[in-house]
Amino acid sequence: MSPDRNRNYNFDWISILIYLLLVGFGWVNILSASHTGEITSYFDLSQPFGKQSIFIIASVVLIILILSIEAKFYERFSSIIYILSIISLLGLFVFGKTVSGATSWYGIGGFTIQPSEFAKVATSLAVAKYISDLQTNIKIFKDQLRLFAIISIPAILILLQNDAGSTIVYSAFFFVLYREGLPRWYLLVAVFLILVSVLTLKFGVLPAVLFIGSMIFLIHFFGTKKRTSILRPIGIIILAIGLSFGVKYFYESILKPHQQDRISLWLRLEKDPVKLEKMKKTILYNLNESEKAIGSGGFTGKGFMEGTRTVGKFVPEQHTDYIFSTVGEEWGFLGSSLVVLLFVFLIVRILQRAELQKSQFSRVYGYSVASIFFIHFLINVGMVMGLIPTIGIPLPFFSYGGSGILAYTLLLFIFIRLDSNRINEW
Amino acid sequence: MRALLLLLSVIAVGIIFIARLFYLQVYNAPSENLFEDNAIRKVYDYPKRGYIYDRNGALLVSNQPSYDVMVIPREVEPLDTLEFCLLLKIDKEYFKKTYDKAYRYSPRLPSVFLSHLSKEDYASLQEKMRKFDGFYIQKRALRDYQTSIGANVLGYIAEANPQQIKKNPYYRMGDLIGKSGIELSYEEELRGVKGIKFIQKDRFNRDLGPFQDGKHDTIPQQGKDITITIDAELQKYGESLMVNKRGGIIAIEPSTGEILTMITSPTYNPNLLVGRIRSKNYTKLHNDTLAKPLFDRGLQAMYEPGSPFKVLNALIALQEGVITTEEKFVCRRGYNYGGAKPMGCHVHRSPANMNLGIYESCNAYFANVYRRIIDAFPTPAEGMDTWSNHVKSFGLGNYLGYDLRVGQKGLIPDAAYYDRSYGKDRWYTTFTISNAIGQGEVQATPIQLANMVAAIGNRGYFYTPHIIKKIDGVSSIDKKYTLPKKTTIDSRHFEPIVQGMFDVYNKGTAKWIQVPGIEICGKTGTAENFTKVNGQRVQLTDHSIFVAFAPKDNPKIAIAVYVENGYWGARWAGKIASLMIEKYIKGEITRKDLERFVLGGSLEEEYTKPYSGESFWINDHSELQVIEIPPEDESGQE
Repeated sequence: MSPDRNRNYNFDWISILIYLLLVGFGWVNILSASHTGEITSYFDLSQPFGKQSIFIIASVVLIILILSIEAKFYERFSSIIYILSIISLLGLFVFGKTVSGATSWYGIGGFTIQPSEFAKVATSLAVAKYISDLQTNIKIFKDQLRLFAIISIPAILILLQNDAGSTIVYSAFFFVLYREGLPRWYLLVAVFLILVSVLTLKFGVLPAVLFIGSMIFLIHFFGTKKRTSILRPIGIIILAIGLSFGVKYFYESILKPHQQDRISLWLRLEKDPVKLEKMKKTILYNLNESEKAIGSGGFTGKGFMEGTRTVGKFVPEQHTDYIFSTVGEEWGFLGSSLVVLLFVFLIVRILQRAELQKSQFSRVYGYSVASIFFIHFLINVGMVMGLIPTIGIPLPFFSYGGSGILAYTLLLFIFIRLDSNRINEW
Repeated sequence: MRALLLLLSVIAVGIIFIARLFYLQVYNAPSENLFEDNAIRKVYDYPKRGYIYDRNGALLVSNQPSYDVMVIPREVEPLDTLEFCLLLKIDKEYFKKTYDKAYRYSPRLPSVFLSHLSKEDYASLQEKMRKFDGFYIQKRALRDYQTSIGANVLGYIAEANPQQIKKNPYYRMGDLIGKSGIELSYEEELRGVKGIKFIQKDRFNRDLGPFQDGKHDTIPQQGKDITITIDAELQKYGESLMVNKRGGIIAIEPSTGEILTMITSPTYNPNLLVGRIRSKNYTKLHNDTLAKPLFDRGLQAMYEPGSPFKVLNALIALQEGVITTEEKFVCRRGYNYGGAKPMGCHVHRSPANMNLGIYESCNAYFANVYRRIIDAFPTPAEGMDTWSNHVKSFGLGNYLGYDLRVGQKGLIPDAAYYDRSYGKDRWYTTFTISNAIGQGEVQATPIQLANMVAAIGNRGYFYTPHIIKKIDGVSSIDKKYTLPKKTTIDSRHFEPIVQGMFDVYNKGTAKWIQVPGIEICGKTGTAENFTKVNGQRVQLTDHSIFVAFAPKDNPKIAIAVYVENGYWGARWAGKIASLMIEKYIKGEITRKDLERFVLGGSLEEEYTKPYSGESFWINDHSELQVIEIPPEDESGQE
């Protein structure tokens, strides 16, 4: 078999099938959530679903393009792509268009482009490239720093453009670095930070410190085989106390009131029913309506275009960040579970293919793709169902948005292209 | 190992999400009820409530539009309360109280915020209400009475209470429902079925158009008009005769069982229970525990029927063959049955046959007749049960089954009753001798007596009295009102009794109140009654009772009149009955003096006696009631 023929037949058709299902079903829900009045044409450019039709066609063209380019291209040009991406982010400070507070768009004609979506692809390529470099050793602190820099530069630029949600997506790379050998204590520190923060906010400083302290002593005396100095647990506890106060201060004095409210709602800190009722009409409005829409779908849903809350446009931003509530209302438990399962299958499939890669570049890139999809899926669906504080990021393939669907298509199909080239690797 | 972190996280998140979906959509799913869905506006279209006509086609009850301000608490947005209160002419306290109450009832469902706006207020509010999210105006039909009579018959409508709404989901907060009288009995026919439109809303509360193209919408079904058996003229006349007297008049058409009048006094103007003034007035009426205007004396007042009951004993004796019409009994101003005190009687010719016994209402004659009936059986118990069954066949001692919801069973004792009082078989005929003259244990309501006398007029059968004549112009009323009920007495035994009752007018206790040109058969009655003053049993002036039917053959009207503390039968009840009969049959009154006497007569003084706190005379100054000492029992027969 010649390499040329293999190229055509080694695409991962399972991933492609799941991709098509998600995009198709996503479009159906955008249609339901965004149409106003009679639907004259599925390509009606005055309505979101019509634009999305165009974006999907553009994505198909993009897929053909990606798959026909030589796999080695992506590795070879990753640095340049990354630099171009950073420039595009920097350009926003000069030419950017501000939409609902975030300066994240270039306006070109009737369309807008959101470079932060494409920056995820570029960063993934750059991270893969750097880790797969023979001279890189992830165990070395200097190399870790460099990796952090590669990830942080776009993240910080995006944060400065006031798009905190997209910045959080960059935490996905933690999974990648950890997989590639980042020392374990990073994970421990992360868990420690999250635990201390959540416990402090939920129960207060003293209970949180007492709990963490006793856990640490237990691990110290019974957990490890090797007896270490007593100073170590004591040091960690002092750290925890400092951190706990820090978190309290950060929550009370640095966070803006609406951010405080999001966290207090997430941790169920607000007990006053009158205040809660008021919140349901203000900051909780979206979440409340979205939960109600999902709940009202029941087991089988109300049917396509039959969701009363969707038709009545009760959930603001329903065709973008809250698209999953349309699925919930119109397709019920069956439809929503199917979407959850499709995402899980897709991510697991990418992970599985990533582990099979002979080239480290391909593996790291695949891992990045899976992690980014996972973070998007976790935060978006979790938020719409009220499990996670409100963070505005789209659901890949589902949410309306041209940059989004093109960027996620790019992200996924570059990996499919790399994967198809697996047996050609040395 | 490190590769597992992300894989396991993905799988865990997938499981958590599906569990959360299950919780939201299946376990904790809200009901799929359109009514609970606040994305759908429900617009009710209330049908016309059926009109009520009297037997001659006179319109008694129609409708008037009414406008309620409704609130759906969950949809209320912050508003300028001051402006809103000024607009509705309410104060801030009312606003808060009513809003909180509505919220407690249900944040999702509409509640009445302010009921019964005037037409002028409605006109000025209609446009401005749009500004206030969560509030809207609902049009309904209130009753518009074309008459001031018959409040007890017509009944009234009011907002359905939460229990009724729970019991019958048709009703929603603020819906009107029949609460008494015809309005209650024929609620479903009168009400019709309200129409509903489901309208898709958006989150700014704007209408987007019919939900699913109006697939679920219904159009209202108009309420059915009802014709009742009441003769409004006669009812009005009867009510005017009863002014300043307490009691009841029931008149029935014997050939059909249709109730011609159903009067209770004191009564009230039905217009008092319409609209915003209803609840205030209702409380007032309800709290009048002395005159009790809400107590329907024609249907609910139970008392000893007295002498009218005697004719039943004559009929039973003839049926059982224990006596002939010519057999005579001696009366020596009473009947001594061996009790502590003889049963008294008044002065009349003696000995008496059946005819004389009836028209002179001789106690001794009927005591003998009663003993004959009971003693014809081997044991008093068997006699008692036979007697009881005969009496009950006249519709006494149980609910009559008429189509109004209030009533009393009355009481007709049987052997089991006396077994309970005295012990099994430890009683004798003489223990129950008062039954002979309609006293003692026997109790009946005016409508039962009117029905009884209708059965006598029909010579042995009756139709269950009823108030419904036509529904939607069709006389298809319930079969139980059109099938005759036979008494246990053969029709041949009635003629002597009817003759006796005719002679009551001719030469007996009612000869002073004859109506020229009408052959009336009647029977006077007087019933002792007691009340408690300071915990003492005190006798009051006797109740005046009269039953009659006319004409003698093929009677058109059977009537029972009962006037509380009217002293003796012919004094008030008899006169009222004769005026009613004349009015109904002739259409006019020839005896103007008598009419004037009754219209102007008042017993109010009599009714205040027990509350005066002093000793008082009863029965026209013949007996003094000393408040400190319990008065002695005695019979007061005419």
